[in-house]
Amino acid sequence: MTKPKDCDPVITVKGLRNSFGEQVVHDNLDLTVCRGEILAVVGGSGTGKSVLLRSIIGLQTPDAGEIEVLGENMVNRTEDEAKNIRRRWGILFQNGALFSTLTVAENVEVPIREYFPFITPPLLDEIASYKIAMGGLPPDAGPKFPSELSGGMVKRAGIARALALDPELLFLDEPTAGLDPIAAAAFDELILSLQKRLGLTVFVITHDLDTLHSICDRIAVLADKKVLGVGTIPELLALDHPWIQEYFNGPRGRAAAASYEHEVTA
Amino acid sequence: MVEQGHPDDQTGDGAVYRVAGALTITRAATTQREIDALPDPLTIDLSEVERMDTVGAWIVYRTVRDRHAKLIGASGDETSLLREVANFDNPARVHPEQAGGVTRTLMELGEWVAETGRTLLGLLGFFGATLIGFANVIRRPRRFRLNAVVTRFDVVGVRALGIIGLMSFLIGIVIAQQGAVQLAQFGAEVYTINLIGRITVRELGVLMTAIMVAGRSGSAFAAQLGTMKITEEIDAMRTIGVSPVEALVLPRMMASILMMPLLGFWAIVTALLGGGIFVWLELGYPPMTYIQRLQEVIPMTDLWIALIKAPVFGFIIALAGCFQGMQVEGNSEEVGSRTTTAVVQSIFLVIVLDAVFAVFFSSIGWK
Repeated sequence: MTKPKDCDPVITVKGLRNSFGEQVVHDNLDLTVCRGEILAVVGGSGTGKSVLLRSIIGLQTPDAGEIEVLGENMVNRTEDEAKNIRRRWGILFQNGALFSTLTVAENVEVPIREYFPFITPPLLDEIASYKIAMGGLPPDAGPKFPSELSGGMVKRAGIARALALDPELLFLDEPTAGLDPIAAAAFDELILSLQKRLGLTVFVITHDLDTLHSICDRIAVLADKKVLGVGTIPELLALDHPWIQEYFNGPRGRAAAASYEHEVTA
Repeated sequence: MVEQGHPDDQTGDGAVYRVAGALTITRAATTQREIDALPDPLTIDLSEVERMDTVGAWIVYRTVRDRHAKLIGASGDETSLLREVANFDNPARVHPEQAGGVTRTLMELGEWVAETGRTLLGLLGFFGATLIGFANVIRRPRRFRLNAVVTRFDVVGVRALGIIGLMSFLIGIVIAQQGAVQLAQFGAEVYTINLIGRITVRELGVLMTAIMVAGRSGSAFAAQLGTMKITEEIDAMRTIGVSPVEALVLPRMMASILMMPLLGFWAIVTALLGGGIFVWLELGYPPMTYIQRLQEVIPMTDLWIALIKAPVFGFIIALAGCFQGMQVEGNSEEVGSRTTTAVVQSIFLVIVLDAVFAVFFSSIGWK
C-alpha cells in the first residue's frame, strides 16, 4: 500500500504543513515518489494539489516539513543549490505559463540557452523544432506568439518547453485538461514512451480518469489535508473511503475503467 | 561521467566517432563540434554509450540524415529512441519571416498609419459609447452604480490628497524662493506674492494635479481594464448583460471629472500655503499681509479658469486611460505598453489643452 519495496525515492515529502492565514491546506502530509514511476495526484477542488506541487518545486515555502527532490533539500536552500535541480526537471504549469513576449520556438529554447549556452544556433533551432513536434504541435507553430495559439496549443507548447532539457523528473499540472480526447490520448502515449525510454519520473496532477487508468503507476489521493492513500486503483478502492469510492465508481469512473479493461483484453 | 569520444580514430574508409558514457544534452555542444570536425564518410559507434537522451539521439539522427553517416553498435533502446526522434523530424519554422530593408520600413510606416487611424476612429467610437452610457444612466437612474462611483472617488480623490498636497506645497515654496531671488534684483520682493498667487491659481495648481492624476489614476485605469480584458472579465460582463462602459468606464470617468476640480483646489490651497510660509519666514511678510495681498492680486476669474479647466483635464485623463485599457488584446506585455501610452497621451493632451485654454481665456479678457 505505502510504497514499492525497491523504491528509489526521487521526491520525499515529510510532515508538510501549508496554510494561508487561518486556512490550513496541508497538515502533516507525507508523500514519496519513486524513480521511474508515473505518480498521479488526485483530490477534490481546494484540497491543495497545486499548492503541493508549488511546495515541491520550491515556489511556496511551507510552514513546516521537509521536502527533498532528487536528493536535494528544497526548503531553505540557496539559489545555487536550486539551480542544479532546476535543470533536471521540467514543469508544465496549468495554464502553460509561456513567456508571452517570445515565440513558441524561443520559449522552448529558453531553458536550453540558460543552461547550455554553447549549443550552436542551427542545432538549437533543430532541437526546438523536434521538441515542438514532440509536444504535438504543427510545424507552423514555431514562430507564433502564445497569444496567437489556442488553449490546447498553449498546453502543448508548455509541454515542449517542459521537455526541453530532457528532464529526469517531469511535473505536470493537469496536462490533458483542455485537450481534445485524441490529443489527450496521444499525450498519454508520449509520456509513457518517454518514461520507458528515458527512465522519466512523472508527477502529474490530473482529473483525467483515462490518464489515471492507462499510464499512472500509482495514484495519491489528497483529502483531509493529507495524503489519504497511495496505490493502484484496486488498492485505493480497498480503502473504502467515500470520496475514493465516489471518484472511481461514479459514472465517469466506471466508464473509464470499462474502456480501459476493454482495451487491455482486446 | 563525461568521457571523450575518439574522433581521431581513423580507419581506411573515413572517420569513426566513438561515443562513450552519456550522450546527453550536457555534452551536446561538444559532441556536435567534434562531429562537425570529422571528415566524411563518417561512422558513429554507439556501442559504449551508457545513457542517451533525445538531444543525444537527435544529434546522431541529424548526422545520419545530413551526412549519411553509418551507425554501428546501437542497442535496442537506442535504436527505438532514434526511431522515435525521427518521427518528430517535421521541420518546424522557428523564426518569423521578415521582409528586408526598404520594404520593411514601408510596411512599418503603413502599419503605423493604419494603426493611428484605427486608434483615432476607436477613440471617437469610445467617446460616443461613453456618452451613450451617460445618457442611459440619466434615463434610468437605477442603473447608476453608486458603490462603484464612491469607491473610485476614494481611490482617485481622497487617497491622492497626501501626495498632491505635498507636491503642491513644495512647488509653492520653490516658486516663492525662485521668484524672490529674481525679484530682489529689482527691489520688488513684494511682488513675489503676486507671482505665487497668480501662477498657482491660474496655471500650476490644476496642471500639476492633472499630471499627478494622469500618472496615478490614468495609468491605473488602463492597467485595470487591460488586465480585465486579458482575463476575459469584460467578455464575461458583456455576456451576463452588464455593460462594461456603464460598470467600469462611467464610475472612473465621473470620479476623474468630479475629483479633478476638488484636487486642483486643494493643490492651489497647499501651494499658496507653502509660498506663504516661505514669504513669512524668509521675506518677513506676516500671514495676514500675505492673505490680504493675495485677495488684492488674484482676480476671481483666475479661480474660475482653474475650476473650468480641471474637469476637462479629468475627462481627458479618464478617456485616455479607459480607452487604452479597453484596447488591450492578447498578452500581458500589451497591458504595460497601453498603460504607458495612456499616461503619455493624457499628459500631452492636458498640456496642449492648457495652452489652448490660456490663449482662449486671455482673448476673452480674463487676464
